[in-house]
Amino acid sequence: MVDYMAIIIGAMFINNFVLVRFLGLCPFFGVSRKTSSALGMGLAVIFVMTVASVVTSVIYIYLLEPRGLDFMKIVVFILVIAGLVQLIEMAIRKYSPDLYKSLGIFLPLITTNCAVLGVALLNVSTDYGLIPSVVNGLASGAGFTLALLIMSGVRERLELADVPEAFKDIPVAFVSAMFMGMGFAGFSGVV
Amino acid sequence: MPILADLKNAIIYSNPVFVLLLGLCPTLAVTTSLENALGMGMCVIFVLVLSNVTISAIKNFIPHQVRIPVYIVIIATYVTVVNLAMEAYLPDLYDQLGLYLELIVVNCIILGRAEAFASRNSVSSSFVDGIGVGIGWTLAALLVSFIRGVMGNGSIIIWGDIGIRGILETPATAIGLPYGGFLTVGVLLAAFAYIGNRKKQKSECKGVERW
Repeated sequence: MVDYMAIIIGAMFINNFVLVRFLGLCPFFGVSRKTSSALGMGLAVIFVMTVASVVTSVIYIYLLEPRGLDFMKIVVFILVIAGLVQLIEMAIRKYSPDLYKSLGIFLPLITTNCAVLGVALLNVSTDYGLIPSVVNGLASGAGFTLALLIMSGVRERLELADVPEAFKDIPVAFVSAMFMGMGFAGFSGVV
Repeated sequence: MPILADLKNAIIYSNPVFVLLLGLCPTLAVTTSLENALGMGMCVIFVLVLSNVTISAIKNFIPHQVRIPVYIVIIATYVTVVNLAMEAYLPDLYDQLGLYLELIVVNCIILGRAEAFASRNSVSSSFVDGIGVGIGWTLAALLVSFIRGVMGNGSIIIWGDIGIRGILETPATAIGLPYGGFLTVGVLLAAFAYIGNRKKQKSECKGVERW
């Protein structure tokens, strides 16, 4: 149990995907203008990251590694993730149109989100087994969502602030991200 | 000089990182030293040029509906080649770049150029385009890593032992840490926005004078 706690806290806070590892910056700055869309994107990322961790770990542990094909992992993983996102999109559209309405537009964006491929590659490079990989995927997605939600709250306030012309929109978001990163740096050494 | 003007335009006014906001993740992640940025830049140029050339060479055989998966497989193949070569010949740099070397495959610049340029143009012009865009990204990464290296570490390390150390007596270590990357890139983005705004204003003023 302690191991899993370490993985969860490590992935969510200490090595936060956005603020420390710099993965998934495009949606972090692109979808963080409103809290509602940030929440939708965050939930979609948690879902896809967890499922992608399961599938890529199974493929790597039972298919690629025993046959000495681990050098194929980049090609295989990116194709699996792209196919998986398509499949999830189709399944959600069929079985839960309401959920599709709120998450649907974010799903295609996730294929090119480097955080999803990042977590899959990280799982195999740190030699996690199947269960730790799933925990890591879930916690990394939760960490991404946490950062995205805080950012969207900050940016809703920034809309009202008097920001210098050159700093408007994205540059000031980067500076805010720096302050968030400083906060998250305080977590280092917790585990 | 039209070529110089084109180059200036490509590097300053439509810089892939600071103006188009493409390929941000590696720009922040690998720019802790000039050496890392240079190594990453070479890998990006290599993958970009080869994928551009390959895609433009076979563009007539790719069915339109499945073009994106085909592009991704081609790019992923070259990224694997780069990874294996780096692991064998430059193991130190490979360890430093780590995950981000593998993640070149989801760098939006490369897929973007494949879709927007290589799938419509000849092999030779795709080759030139790959080199140009790759150098644009590398210059941006070098700029960020130069600032972060000098301010955060007090050193300019170009490759291995070649470089200058001890420029600052008490470097601001925070600039070299992850959140310092956000600050550096944020300020640079603002600087590029300022230059862009001023150019726009100038051209508007000229228009007013003509009236």
